[in-house]
This record gives sequence, structure tokens and C-alpha cells, in this order.
Amino acid sequence: MRFSRLVAACAASVVVLGGLVACAPPEKEDSGEQTQSGVSAREATSAEDFGGLDGLIEAAKREGELNVIALPPDWANYGEIIKAFSDKYGIKVNSAQPDAASQDEINAANQQRGKSSAPDVFDLGQSVALANTDMFAPYQVSVWDDIPAAYKDPDGKWVNDYGGYMSIGFDSAKVPAVTLVDDLLKPEFRGKVALNGDPTQAGAAFSGVLMVALSQGGSADDIAPGVEFFRKLREAGNFLPVDPTPATIESGQTPVVIDWNYLNAAETKKLPSWQVFVPSDYPVAGYYYQAINKDAPHPAAARLWQEFLFSDEGQNLYAAGGVRPVRADNMLADGKLDPAVAASIPVVDGPVTVPSPEQTQKATQYLSEHWAQAIG
Amino acid sequence: MSALSLRRVRDALPLLPFLAVVVVFLLIPTVTVIVNAFVDDGGFSLARIEALFSPTALSALGKSVLLSGSTALIGAVFGAVLAWLVIDSPPESMLRRAVLSVCSVLAQFGGVALAFAFLATVGLNGVLTLWVQHLFGFNLAGSGWLYSVSGLILVYTYFQIPLMVIVFVPALEGLRDQWREAAFSLGASRWQYFREVAVPLLTPAFLGSALLLFANAFAAYATAAALVSQGSPIVPLLIRAALTSEMVLGQSGFAYALALEMIVVVAVVMIAYNALVRRTARWLR
Repeated sequence: MRFSRLVAACAASVVVLGGLVACAPPEKEDSGEQTQSGVSAREATSAEDFGGLDGLIEAAKREGELNVIALPPDWANYGEIIKAFSDKYGIKVNSAQPDAASQDEINAANQQRGKSSAPDVFDLGQSVALANTDMFAPYQVSVWDDIPAAYKDPDGKWVNDYGGYMSIGFDSAKVPAVTLVDDLLKPEFRGKVALNGDPTQAGAAFSGVLMVALSQGGSADDIAPGVEFFRKLREAGNFLPVDPTPATIESGQTPVVIDWNYLNAAETKKLPSWQVFVPSDYPVAGYYYQAINKDAPHPAAARLWQEFLFSDEGQNLYAAGGVRPVRADNMLADGKLDPAVAASIPVVDGPVTVPSPEQTQKATQYLSEHWAQAIG
Repeated sequence: MSALSLRRVRDALPLLPFLAVVVVFLLIPTVTVIVNAFVDDGGFSLARIEALFSPTALSALGKSVLLSGSTALIGAVFGAVLAWLVIDSPPESMLRRAVLSVCSVLAQFGGVALAFAFLATVGLNGVLTLWVQHLFGFNLAGSGWLYSVSGLILVYTYFQIPLMVIVFVPALEGLRDQWREAAFSLGASRWQYFREVAVPLLTPAFLGSALLLFANAFAAYATAAALVSQGSPIVPLLIRAALTSEMVLGQSGFAYALALEMIVVVAVVMIAYNALVRRTARWLR
């Protein structure tokens, strides 16, 4: 009877497992309450469906909570933004996995679908956002008309919330000032130039290689000169294959970092000799994509979060984090952007390169085939 | 149910939490990996397995095997010599206790802390690098060898040698004094005893330990993740890239196939290890 012990053990394991499953958060039963216009909060496409902004605020307060994901407190001022939203409306904000990547946000929404802990809203990089638009609920904020058409989905499934320019941050106490990308090949930069991530994996690194490509005569359709530049950088011994973080920057391990200007600018507060150079001859811009999870457990709060982010208050808070809010130009023209904050946003005249999804895909393909070789 | 089988059930009860953990954290993930490596769009497909033969995946597998193999070899040789030296001193000696304690700690000293220790010492801006550069004008860090497979070999060796000491000391302790005395009384020289008695007895244990070291290095992830940020030279890093890339989406199937590949390699190694250990056990009873 050797089997009886095994069978008994397996049976009991099943019981224990059943218990584990039973401990998971309960499924949310109501699918969003009815609004005044008779549309459920889940289906609402503007504040009008709630009978105006006050109705939306009421509905959101009744839900009482908002789940956000992958919003680091020191990124684009999200720490302050979450606090301001929470204080203003008395809604508890649950911030999950602040350091997660864009794809993790989508994974979390899929894995926790129907649970009260699922993310209500997304803040995504371009590729991930455009690949998952069928997971977004269309919604148009009150200031919809003030957002340039190039930065929003016509149905409001996603809206660009903020963006920035690719930049070169450097510690002026350790290296000479950088005024050209080609400066980085000089012997003074031996072992000092870091890129924020692997361009086949991280959006910031991808845009960094694209910016370098533009400086070497490439274009959004031709990223090869950028890869070639990094090959030269490595052969000169200047390329530093370390993932830069605030810790490596402050400790001096990464004296030059190619990254978004707002991330580099945030370091200046901690390290005063840290300067940020945005190459105005070949600027590369990238915007993040804000969207509502169509299965949001708190549909009204998710919509109120959109209203807040795109309001003058939310956009000014973004700008205070060194990013360029999507309404920056119109708000500057109307004098609604805080002047102190406006001064800190880099001004770029002339054309700005924002790669289209097709260009990004083609360039990524090239990178997956050539990057590892160039830097290994 | 008879009284006997009731008792059996009662005896098995304390094992249940363990079994539950094994099922949740070992069996289910393994089955998930195997199933997903072959299932695509709801049907059986070999597309994901085929992707394992792409140049990227093959190169990663080659480098993983090179890294694990070389560090297992280096670790096994140096670890065995160190263990031999340590075992010669009496069990209560300070030296022996100190070396064994240090080895126990260092064998577990992988991960981010170890990677950072090397970065801060011999990295491009490491303390030792800058110091040697200043004093002798010699560049230790070169053009960044530490951040690729060559650097991983050095760093992995750092925890492979102590691990070898720990797993090899019991085998050495199993060599009975009587065997040596018998050999000597029959007129064997020290070298003859070593060559004709000790080495044949220890060979299975040595090879077994080397395989354990291989598996240890093959599956290690955190150290490599902290040290290598560009390209994905080895399989565990390629799995990370396939799962988290913001630029190339929809590669999770490829990650499952890579995970299956790792399971197969480790399984082969572990079967060989068990066979060798069984052979040694005959002598060390």
C-alpha cells in the first residue's frame, strides 16, 4: 500500500491549494454604477456622461480608491501628482510596482482582470501602448480640444500625457562640457559614457541611439550610423556598459549618461555639478501614453485621474518634474504654465524627430541583429 | 480503510505543506513551461522550439555553456586543491574552521552585492583601476572586459571555488586513514598512494561536484543581471530580455522555449551527477 500515502498527500495538497485560491481577493461584482445619463461608469466617454465634472467627482469619491501602476515617485513628479490628487479628492491611491516596465502594466491588467487590485490606468511607452489599444476605454477629457491632434487617438483611447527630449547628462566636475555628440569620442571620456539600458529592450536607450544616429547623418529610417557610433565609442574604450541609476550617478560611477532630459534634470537637484545637454540640431522627442484600463475596477476614479492629469494643475505638476506636458505650447501661449516651471523646460526650435511606430519597428529589428555585436 | 492505512495517512500529514509548496512552486511552473513551449495560438506548434536555433539563441546557449563549463572547471580544480590543503589540518584547528566558515559564506555571496563589489574595484571607474592607472599607468579595466562573458567568468569563479570546497571536503573526509596506513605498510610511496588509491576513489566525487558547479553557474541570474546591461550574452539574460523588452513585444513564447532548454540542460547534468554520486557512495559507506 505504498500508494495510499502518496494519494493521501496529493489529496491534502489539493485541499491546501484550494485554500490558497480561496484567499485571493474577491472578484468585483458590480461593473460600475449607473451614471445620471444612464450610461455605466465603465462606458462613460466624457465627464458629460456623469452630468458634468461634479458628477464624475461624486462617482469617483464613492469608489474611494484608484489603482495606479509603474509610476516611480521621482519620475515626472508622480510622487507629488499622486499626493495632490489624493488630497484634493480624498481618494486613496494604491501605487503598485512603481519601478515596473510598460509591459508589466499590461501583464498585471491581464493577470488581475476582474479583481479589485487590477490597475485602473496605464502610463505606457509607445510600442506597448499601440500594441494593446483594445485594452483601453475611450475617454475624452474636458480639455480635449486643447491637446494637439498628433498627440491623441481620435477616439480618446489614449492621449500622450508628457514627453521629453533625448539628452546627454554629464558631471561637469569630472568631464569637460559636452556640446556635440562627437565630443564623447575624446580621450577625456574614457570609460565614462553610459546609456540608460539596452536599446533592444528599453525605450529610453532606443531613443538615445536614434539621437546619436541623427547626429551622424542617420534618420528615423536609418539608425545604422548610431550603432556604428557606439561601436567606435566602445573601441575607444569610452563606452561604459553599466545601467545608470541615481545611485551610480551620485557615486560617480557613471559620469556621462544618455537619457531623457527630465530624468537627467532630476539628478541636478541631488548633484549640483550635473548638467544636461539637449542637442538642439537633432532633437529626438518621445511621449508617454496615458490610457484607462477598460476593465478598471474603479472606472469613475480612473476617469477623474485623466481629468486631473490633463488639467492646468496636473500639467503644471508634470512640468515641475522637468517633463514637457502635452499641453505645454497652448498653456504657454495662454499664460497658464507656471513661469518658473516654464523656464526649466528645454526650448527646441525647428523640427523634432518622433519616430512613427513603423520606423520604430524597423529600427528595433536592425538593432536586434546588430547591437549586441557592436557593443560586445 | 484499514487501521494501517489510516496510520499511514496520519504519518504523511506533516509532509503536506512541503508537498503543497513543491506543487505550487516547482511542478506547476515546470508543466507551464513545457506546455507553453509547444503551444502557440491554442495548438501544438514547434515554432517556439525552432526559435531556439536562431543565431541569437544558439550564441547565448554557447556562451552559457562556456561560462558554466569554464567556471566549473576552474572552481573544481582550485576548490579541490584548497579542500585537500584544509583537510590535512586537524578538525579543531583554527585554520580549518576559518577556511570552512569563510567558504560557507562566500559560496552564497552571489548576486547584486558581488557584482557591485567587482564593479567598484576593477570596473572602468573602480577604485583599484584608478589607483593602478595612477601609480603604474596601466589600465586594468581595458575597454570593459568586466561587463561581458569574460567578466562573468571571473566573478562566478569567486563563488564557485568556495562551493567546491564545501561539497568536496566530505568526500576527502571519507578517505579512511586505515587505507593510507595499509598502503604505506605495503611499501607504497606517498605518490603511489595518491595516484593509485586516492585519485581513483575521489574521481567520481570530483566529477560529480564539478557537475553541481556547472548547474549552479548555468542557472545563476542575479549576478549576471547586475553586471551585464548591454546585449544578452547568456540564456538567463535572454529570457529576461524576451519577457520585459519594451521594444520587441510578444516574445514570451520564446522565453518559455528558452526556459525549457535550460531545464533540459540542467536535468541532463543532474542525472549525470546522481549516477556519479551513487558510484562514490559505494566506497564512502
